[in-house]
Formats: sequence, structure tokens, C-alpha cells
Amino acid sequence: MKKIFPFLLLCLLVSPALIKAQDVHQLVEKVKARIETVKDYTASGKMKTNVSFLKVPLANVVIYFRRPNQLKIKNEKGISFVPKGAVSINLNNIISSGSYTALDAGQDKLNSIPVRVVKLLPSDENAEVVLSTLYIDEARLVILKTRTTTRDNGSYELEMSYGNYTSYGLPDKIIFSFNTKEYKLPKGVTFDFDDGSGAKPEKDKTKNRKGRAEITIHSYTINKGLADDVFK
Amino acid sequence: MWKLLQIELYKIFKKPRTYIAFGAIAAIILLIQMALLVNGKEYLQFGLGFLDDSFEIPYDRISNGYWICFVILNLLLIHVPILVALVAGDIVSGEANMGTLRLMVSKPVSRTELVLAKFLASVIYVIALLAWMALIALALSMLLFGTGDVVVAKSMELHQIEQSDVLWRYFAAFGFAALALIMVASLSLLLSCLSDNSIGPIVATVCIIIVCTLISEMQIPLYDKYLKPYLFTTYMLGWKGFFYIAVDADGQTIRGSVQNLPAILKSMGVILIYIAGFVTTAVLVFRKKDILS
Repeated sequence: MKKIFPFLLLCLLVSPALIKAQDVHQLVEKVKARIETVKDYTASGKMKTNVSFLKVPLANVVIYFRRPNQLKIKNEKGISFVPKGAVSINLNNIISSGSYTALDAGQDKLNSIPVRVVKLLPSDENAEVVLSTLYIDEARLVILKTRTTTRDNGSYELEMSYGNYTSYGLPDKIIFSFNTKEYKLPKGVTFDFDDGSGAKPEKDKTKNRKGRAEITIHSYTINKGLADDVFK
Repeated sequence: MWKLLQIELYKIFKKPRTYIAFGAIAAIILLIQMALLVNGKEYLQFGLGFLDDSFEIPYDRISNGYWICFVILNLLLIHVPILVALVAGDIVSGEANMGTLRLMVSKPVSRTELVLAKFLASVIYVIALLAWMALIALALSMLLFGTGDVVVAKSMELHQIEQSDVLWRYFAAFGFAALALIMVASLSLLLSCLSDNSIGPIVATVCIIIVCTLISEMQIPLYDKYLKPYLFTTYMLGWKGFFYIAVDADGQTIRGSVQNLPAILKSMGVILIYIAGFVTTAVLVFRKKDILS
């Protein structure tokens, strides 16, 4: 009896954790299954870029996606500075690879919506993504927020809100937060007109290396097939 | 006055040296266009390459005709004053050198009218030079490279202007550049009134512009504080202000806006004061000038 007691105690302590891990894994699998119903899509929307040194207009963009991980954001008429992480760090890249360990990090609330916090650790030690934290709305089976830490390019954050396309796990609005490099060109190259706006406050602004891109999507065309040229 | 102006224009456009400027501008612009046609992407990467890690930069779309015109103006508008000096610096002293000035002032025309006619002829030359530049730099670039949004790099910011919001900025910029070059012409005219040989005023104008531009662009706090605000070259780059666009509270650009219009208007005002000062001084000098040759 003395020998069995510690074993039973260990089982009692460990089993809830194992059950939880299994729950979380199942939850991620359910979310993944929903996302995977979309083989490809074309979405049109508007992109608002907010980076301290970028003075750019609101852009009309078209997003092309094809499984497993092809994603392209294009401005059909003008020029758009698309944050690179927005393309490489998308939901499919994070959870569709399948080679990760899911850990339960408890419950939380996002904009008063209860969410399950799940941490994904990639199995591949050399993967670019070191850690992803998912905030999953269990009721709707959608991811509301992800925070991804990469090996070389800092952290990224994706916030998503859902509407008409919740059944496909596709968001109506995506807010992408990322790190930017400091922007500075020599004045001897740019020959700026000194209009007084380039004084000290501007220098301070470039030190704010957080950027934000907000994409509001008007419509999706789902599973209609996409040509290869789109991703070139 | 009109007759005098016609005579002055005839003299300017009869001289072969007048066309050196037109030829030089055409040659330089065509060379830049050809270079950017072949290596436009590399040129852009030289300036924006360090952003490649953070953003997908559509280099092929940026190197459109509007952007190429901006690059040309950026490279040329510092050197065009030299070409203006070539004609305006010779306009009075050249005649003194040739001995025709004494003949002119012996006619029943006031010296003030004579100087003003020469100034107006210089102004027309400047406008013709800029129109030529606009034709090749803007119209030809639009034809060769198409149009699109313009991306303008400042030392601390990157401004993007939508295609439909660009053309009026070029008209405004060329208008501003005309004022700046008229100021150079009026300085040359003043120096020309002070001299009896044509080389002196041309070289003096070029030297003044080079020295003042260096002081304006050296970024030395001492010069920036005590000298820069009083140098006319500080205000000559005001045309670029039309390509610095204002943003709203969300950081998005506002179509049709200019980041700092009062600064541009101030620059225009300073340039107009300089023009008035140079021309008035030129008239006063010429009226008291002993014309011995």
C-alpha cells in the first residue's frame, strides 16, 4: 500500500493536466478543421497602415490565399507597403503545420468575450516561429488573437474580428502589429526642404518601432480556385 | 517697354550659348531616364533597400514616370541655376564688353526701363527653360514609364501620393521653381550691372550659389542657427514641399493636402523679397553706372 500511494497521488496530480492538454489539442484541431474548409479565397478590402515614418493613403487591397500557405496582398491600382510578417505569419502557417505542442494557458477575456489561451510550441527547434499564443473563442471556434514570437524578426500580433464569414473561420477585420526598423536617410541624399516639420519630434517618432496594419474586408470569394500567376 | 523686351528677347535667343542650357538639360534628362529605365530598381533599392526586411516594396510600380520626374528635378534643380546664370549674368555686362551698352543708353529710353526689360527677358528665358524641362522630364517620363503613385523619401519619412493627386503638385512645383530661378536671374542681373565683362558675373553667381547651398546643406548647428535663415538657397528647395503630404489623426494621407503650406508660402515670400531687392539694387546701380565702354 505504501508503494502504491505515491503512484496514485502522481496520477491524481498529473491526469487533470493531461486531460486539459488533450482538450486544448482537440480545440486547436477543431479550429484547424474549420480553417481547412477553405482551400482558397480572394478577399477585397481596405488596408490602413500606421507606421510612424510611413505617410501612405488608405489602400484598396485584394488578398489571395491558397492552401497550404500561399498568401499575397496586392494593391490593384496603386502602391502598398505590405508588412512582410503579415504574409508569412498567417493563421495557416501557425496551426496548419501540425508539428507543435499545445499547452493550455487558462481562460481570459478579449473585449468581454471569454477566450481560451493556448500556447503553441513548434516541434522543430530551428523553426522561425519560437512561440505562438492563441486566444480562441471556444463558442464560435475562431481565433480572436495571436501573438507570435519569431527567432529573428521580433514579435507579431494578429487581432481578428468576425462577422459574415465566421462559419469558414475567416475574419472581417484583421489588425496586424509588427516591429519596424528605424528609418533614416542622410539629408545629403534626400535634400529635404526644411519646412520645420523635420525637427526633434520627428526623430522621436522614428524610434517608435511598432507598426500596425489594419485590413477591413468587404467580401470573400471562397473555394473558387486561383491561378498560379496571382502569387508571383 | 514691349519693344525693348522684344529686342532683348531677340538678343538672348540669337546667341548660341542660350541653347547650351536647353541642350544640356535635354542630354542630362535623357541620360537619367535611360539609366532609370535599365537600373531603376537598383537605384530605388539603394535608398529603400533597408526596408526590405520589414515590407514588401513594389519597386516596379514605384519607378513610374511621376517618380522619375521627381528624381530628375531633385538632381537638376540644384544645377539649373548655373544654366540661368549663363544667360542672365551676361545680359548687361556682355553688352558692356562688346561696347553696345553705351549705344543703348544713348537712345531715348530710361535706364530703369532698360534694366527692367533685361530682367523681364531673363524671366521669359527662365520660364522657357523650365517649360522645356517640364516637357522632357515630366511629359516624356509619363510617356515612357507610365504614371502611378509617387513615393518621396525624406530623411525621416516616406511619403506616398496617389496618382490622381500628383499632377497639380508638379504644376505648383514648377511654378515655385520658376520663382526660385527668377531670383537667381535677378542676382545675376545685379552682378552683371556691376561688371564690364561677361565671365565675372556668371562665375560670381555660380560661386555664390555653391557656397550658400553648401552652408544650407552642411547641417552644422552654428550655420543652421545664424546663417541658414538668411540665405536665399535655403528657400529654393521649397518646391519639394508640395510633395510632402499631410496625414490625418489615423496616420493616413489627406488627398490634396500639403504637410506645411505656411512654410512654402514663407519661402515664396522670402524669394519675392530677394527678387525685389536684387532688381531694385540692379536698377539703382545701373542708373548711377558710368558707362565708359
